[in-house]
Amino acid sequence: MDFLTNVTSIFQKHGIEFLKATVLTIELTIVSLFIACVIGLVFAFFKVSNIKILESIANAYIFVVRGMPLIVQLMFLYYGISSIFTLTDFAAGSIALGIHSGAYIAEIFRGSIQSIDKGQMEAGRSLGMTYFKTMRRIILPQSFKRAIPALANQFIIGLKDSSLVAYIAVSELFNHALSTQAYNYMPLETYFVVGIYYLILVLLFTLLFNKLESRLDVGRRKKRDKVEIAF
Amino acid sequence: MIKLKSLSKSFGDLKVLKDINLEINKSEVVVLIGASGSGKSTLLRCMNFLEILDSGTISIDDEIIDVKRTNLNHVRENMGMVFQHFNLFPHLSVLQNVIEAPIQVKRQSKEEAIQFAMSLLTRVGLADKANYFPEQLSGGQKQRVAIARALAMNPRVMLFDEPTSALDPELVGEVLETMKSLAKDGMTMVVVTHEMGFAKEVADRVIMLADGKIIEEGTPVEIFKAPKQERTIKFLQQVL
Repeated sequence: MDFLTNVTSIFQKHGIEFLKATVLTIELTIVSLFIACVIGLVFAFFKVSNIKILESIANAYIFVVRGMPLIVQLMFLYYGISSIFTLTDFAAGSIALGIHSGAYIAEIFRGSIQSIDKGQMEAGRSLGMTYFKTMRRIILPQSFKRAIPALANQFIIGLKDSSLVAYIAVSELFNHALSTQAYNYMPLETYFVVGIYYLILVLLFTLLFNKLESRLDVGRRKKRDKVEIAF
Repeated sequence: MIKLKSLSKSFGDLKVLKDINLEINKSEVVVLIGASGSGKSTLLRCMNFLEILDSGTISIDDEIIDVKRTNLNHVRENMGMVFQHFNLFPHLSVLQNVIEAPIQVKRQSKEEAIQFAMSLLTRVGLADKANYFPEQLSGGQKQRVAIARALAMNPRVMLFDEPTSALDPELVGEVLETMKSLAKDGMTMVVVTHEMGFAKEVADRVIMLADGKIIEEGTPVEIFKAPKQERTIKFLQQVL
């Protein structure tokens, strides 16, 4: 029963602080994922471009980012970026997270673009539309829809990965847990509480994506099985 | 109107088209026949540069199209293409499919595009399906929408790449009817098809391809009643 009493008291004492830290976590997630989507889209285009040099650049980027632990990249980019520019910890953290997720999102976009039937591009071109116009008007809207389940997964991973910027002094959710347990001597209970916060965040994200997915389904199969998103 | 001169095309080591010479006149309906792998679809796709020829020239109205210097998008605007698998845009409604290119490419106003699109949909008998999505249509209806979509650009030529091959037999008729009415209105058409009935009835000229070469050409009567080449005779025995 001690455990539950302690948990309750942590909620009472630090609930609001944790909530504030949660807001920072959400901001960090959204900003970094926005950066990641832009990077991802650009490199996905590189990969489907059929231009050797662009493909090589994209492959090199994806190889490096996927081949190293996030914490190593985070430290490297954090000290790297802040030795060149003066950036806030928040900005450095979200750029680093964005560059990391970008590699995975590039692969998601590439896969979904290539999954669209070749005939769609041909139909667009045969009507006199340019490559980029066909991409933007015909291919991307369809591939974006197909990318959503994988994208949702990656977004949830990004949300959880944001906890690692605690180590570069951004006082988001996990950073808060680290410092709280250091002075209340209740690590188990504190991490339990922060775990609950993350769970709820991921749940909200999942619901949001399910909603987005069914909204994009308008006019198409009305009753489609919901795609379950793994936590 | 379109003139192909000693056109050749290979995919890797495979020579698909060998020294093709062909002229298509205004308001003419030309039907390309031949066994699968004979190069007829590739020939059609070269005409609107979905495939780029290796050698030879294509000229339109006596003007040679230089692939590197010409804006191929402008060339394609004037050539409607209908595909075997329809290739409708599944995320757009029937009406949106038809107005997409006129608005995006020709910069027509939305009202103007819709008005013309509706007249085309009426013509192919699908005005009541304007707000449906492609997956709610039958194959024959999809193909008729695809024809309307191509016509919306006011093309000078229509290219048909086996437009009925992916259809259930009972749906072939409606698509052929639409094509016949186009031909009757004087549309210049190049059609790759296995529908010999259509060729006999509508074609001005039938062209037989084998191994990437034109081996025989003539009026439907000449080709179907009195084929001269051994391979044409064999092919016709198989399909008729």
